[in-house]
Amino acid sequence: MIRVRRSAMSISRRQFLKGVAGSGLVLAAGVSSTEARMSKKLPPEAVGLLYDATLCIGCKSCMVNCKIYNSVPGGALYKEGVASGVTDSLRCSKTEQTEKMASPPYETDGIEGNEGVWDAAEDLSGKTLSIIKAYRNGSGERKDTPVNGHAFFKQQCLHCITPACVSVCPAGAFVKDPHNGVVYYEAYRCIGCRYCQIACPFNIPRYEWDSVWPEVRKCQLCHHRFKEGKYSACAEFCPTGATIFGKVVELREEAKRRFNLKPGSRYDYPIRTLGAKEVNTRTVAPYADRIYGLNEAGGTQNLMLSGISFDLLGFSKKIPDSALPDLTWAYIAKIPWVFLAVFVGGTGIHAITGRLDKNRKEKGGGHD
Amino acid sequence: MIDFTRYIGQTAGGAMNRLLDDSHSKHLGIKMDTPFTRFLILLMAAAALVAVYRLGWGLRASTHMNDYWPWGLWISFDVLGGVAMAAGAFLIAGAVYILNWKKYQCIARASILNAFFGYLLAAISITLDVGRSFVIWHPLIMWQVNSVMFIVALHLVLYLSTLATESSPMVFEKLGWQRALHIVGRGMIGAVMFGVALSLLHQSSLGANYLIVPGKLSPLWYSKLLPYLFLVSSIMMGLSMVSFETILTGKVFNHKTPLDVLEGLSRGVVLVGSLYCAMKIGLLAAGPGFGALIDGGFLGVMWLLEMAVGVVIPVALLAKRSNRRNLDTIFVASILVILGVLLNRLDVGIFAISDYANRTGADYFPSAMELILTSGMIAFAILGFKVCAKYLNLFPETDH
Repeated sequence: MIRVRRSAMSISRRQFLKGVAGSGLVLAAGVSSTEARMSKKLPPEAVGLLYDATLCIGCKSCMVNCKIYNSVPGGALYKEGVASGVTDSLRCSKTEQTEKMASPPYETDGIEGNEGVWDAAEDLSGKTLSIIKAYRNGSGERKDTPVNGHAFFKQQCLHCITPACVSVCPAGAFVKDPHNGVVYYEAYRCIGCRYCQIACPFNIPRYEWDSVWPEVRKCQLCHHRFKEGKYSACAEFCPTGATIFGKVVELREEAKRRFNLKPGSRYDYPIRTLGAKEVNTRTVAPYADRIYGLNEAGGTQNLMLSGISFDLLGFSKKIPDSALPDLTWAYIAKIPWVFLAVFVGGTGIHAITGRLDKNRKEKGGGHD
Repeated sequence: MIDFTRYIGQTAGGAMNRLLDDSHSKHLGIKMDTPFTRFLILLMAAAALVAVYRLGWGLRASTHMNDYWPWGLWISFDVLGGVAMAAGAFLIAGAVYILNWKKYQCIARASILNAFFGYLLAAISITLDVGRSFVIWHPLIMWQVNSVMFIVALHLVLYLSTLATESSPMVFEKLGWQRALHIVGRGMIGAVMFGVALSLLHQSSLGANYLIVPGKLSPLWYSKLLPYLFLVSSIMMGLSMVSFETILTGKVFNHKTPLDVLEGLSRGVVLVGSLYCAMKIGLLAAGPGFGALIDGGFLGVMWLLEMAVGVVIPVALLAKRSNRRNLDTIFVASILVILGVLLNRLDVGIFAISDYANRTGADYFPSAMELILTSGMIAFAILGFKVCAKYLNLFPETDH
């Protein structure tokens, strides 16, 4: 009786080992597939924005037009309504929407008598993808001066080359376009865990906290307008050339060129896109600090220049210069080995200790 | 007792009758209708209302989380804490089935069941915490292998199934399904190994979730070794949880407490606790330095509190051999470890990002509804355990 049971046990153990070897291979194969370990190279046709705070006059035209041009189907602020959102999520696919939203999602909180007319965004939020904020010190007289000066600065998604939000999303709701590098969001995949918010070193993704079927909101570089031959609305409607759109490689060159300009000299700043005929010729202000986005979190596709150091503007000082997804990948890559070790080691130990146990109580008989 | 065969037919009714037969646990003296049970049910009912409200009105209406504080009490306590509390199962199961330490057989069922409730608590809480609860299964079909959260989701599902498998003999025994019992018995070693692998990974991957935020988490807690810190502290917690629960059930249900088992568990707590303490102090010295405890203000105090309550005092208490045979000392030390590790999870999940989030003007304190839901979850685990103790053969040794 006992012998039969033990032999049955050893067969199941052998079968199990086979299964382990198999599942280990499957895991290893799955991990080595194209999805795993994110690329740290700039995509071939990578596009982005260059924001030069010394040119910004704080008119907020970028903010207004960002809302208007993203409230259409495909835009980052577009909300199709709860019912279709739920069905899309349940069917795991996206329905093509064609109708525009009634009005852009203005933030009207706390303003008396405001019937949705005045947009009073104070921060990035589920309704605001891009924001111009002001720095002010002392008398605030002189622009781009840290002491007794003022300056404007812009906050929005920087489109990391190796984005943390993409790497952490458990359902792949964040995608980095392999071609132009835009980091965009697929609402129908999202489960709403908000790990993207935790992981983003720049604290960019915002959540629709008020919604019962919430989405995550962030700048998607107006990638829905690319196929019409258009580009990011903030750049198109910037009157001074503070925000310009272009290829990242060229934007980097332009940023370096500006950074090395002699303060007080004259320079032709292109308006709207890099290489535009229309230029804003003006005196170069001194640039502080660094070109933001060259190294932060392994580099980003949007770049920023400023007359005031980014630390003073409140940008986090603790963002590492390396790609963040590497930190978690180091852990994930070990997982198949843990399974292998536990099953091989466990089977061995079980066999040995089982025999010892049996020897110890010869008389007792029975395995359990 | 009601005879179910009269209402739902011979087969189902018979099974029901067998399940609800509590004659074998008569000696434990578990009474169901007590003021405490009523209180637990009240908490659960309140939590159920909160759950409905959360699903119907959204997260802003029910919680105080915000864009700078996207994870709150439910993640830190229910999920990180609940899972850590469940670590006892894989340790005991591994000891009994892989190492053949049969001494611990008598607490295997209870600790596995306890883990089952810990994970259930985590699973329900995370389902309510995510914004789109009804599609929480998405990660299972939309694989994203770069994400630790995906790994966590997969493990949670697999491990819940494993725990259910490991617990199933209790139910099959009760129903008298010999064939099912035999099949599960044959696959038990495999299931236990699978459970051990999954637990090692799941415990550590909860820490690995935070590897991606070097710029946000306070250096008092952030470390590249976070996964290992989570794993080691969960082992400490798991052992203490089993001791705590064994002594408590011994007191409440009047079944005999096996002293040599508790002594072994306590020795484990001392060993693992010392290792954890060395890791924490080493990382503090190598990272931000001891000065950070003073410069850290509130966070420094939290770090010290967590270490004193959860590690230093209990390890010191149990370090003496005679103390490891004293039920009261073990009981107190276990409670301290449990509180300390729970505090650690709250520190990592909530307090460690406070410097970062407060800088932007954000603040977080759990709302009443968040607190009610969490208490309801705890009540659910306690009551669930009690019901199982009454109707299932949870303590096989004391049975005959």
